[in-house]
Amino acid sequence: MKTTKKNNEGIDEIDRRIIFATQKGLPLVERPFDAIGKQIGISANEIKYRLEVMLENGIIRRIGAVPNHYHLGYVANGMSVWDIDDETVDEFGEIIGTLDYVSHCYKRPRHFPAWPYNLFAMIHAKTRAEVEEKASAIATILGDVCSTYEILYSTRILKKTGLRLCSPQKK
Amino acid sequence: MSKPAEYDTLDRQIINTLQGGFPIVDKPYAQVASWLNISSEELIERLDNLLESGALTRFGPLFNSQRMGGEVTLAALCVPSERYDEVTEIVNSYYQVAHNYQREHAFNMWFVITTETPGEIKKVIRAIENETGLKVYDCPKEKEYFIGLRLQA
Repeated sequence: MKTTKKNNEGIDEIDRRIIFATQKGLPLVERPFDAIGKQIGISANEIKYRLEVMLENGIIRRIGAVPNHYHLGYVANGMSVWDIDDETVDEFGEIIGTLDYVSHCYKRPRHFPAWPYNLFAMIHAKTRAEVEEKASAIATILGDVCSTYEILYSTRILKKTGLRLCSPQKK
Repeated sequence: MSKPAEYDTLDRQIINTLQGGFPIVDKPYAQVASWLNISSEELIERLDNLLESGALTRFGPLFNSQRMGGEVTLAALCVPSERYDEVTEIVNSYYQVAHNYQREHAFNMWFVITTETPGEIKKVIRAIENETGLKVYDCPKEKEYFIGLRLQA
């Protein structure tokens, strides 16, 4: 290991090793934290403590299952993209983000001329008709401030992994 | 795209329960199993099957790379259809590419790049552009609005 520098908000080498050991998933054994501890040579208590700390400071969002939308019947995953007046995009972003069928809502840069859209709202539903219904409800909310929108349907997951750190040994 | 598979009530309960906080205790599966009135062996076996069948893409800690000093962005490519498989292979070969989706649009490939250090995103984008000969449209989030929904299985 070349460096022990703090990676900004304080993950150290031991945290890195925990992250590296769990980024593919938690071991499916009765005592998973003991298993991780054994793997990287520290106690289960230390693992648990460090996971708690990383949860608290947001380095870990949550520990849990990531469902595959398609398998759950949410097959009409539509990424709706909107061209909204720059002055009002924040105001409307906040409103759209609270809609219960919108799972993610972000402001992103435009790329003229090919890509005029500055607001992305992910709509999950069981059918495309349902997605379109929801998108037109959003269009109604937006009224004149939105000049155009599109819905991009996903047709295939090409890759889906968690975060990948490279091996601590390579650092 | 393949049809959604069939899951029974218990599978759905497991998926919904495990979207929330997983207990950080010595025997966490036993604790979750007790909430569901099943044995920890059954929970572990079901989880294993759900991961194996692809109903769950993963189970474990979800890390926020930005909090570790890294960066994340969403990027898009307009890939000619005859080159789609080849370009997919190139893009997926970068370990910094965490998710990659095919979408129906001229912008038909959308992927998330996460890196551990600032500045690395630009390098990955440049490398992908060099390798594919295509322009990568970088769309980092400028603002995140409230995120609600948890999918109900």
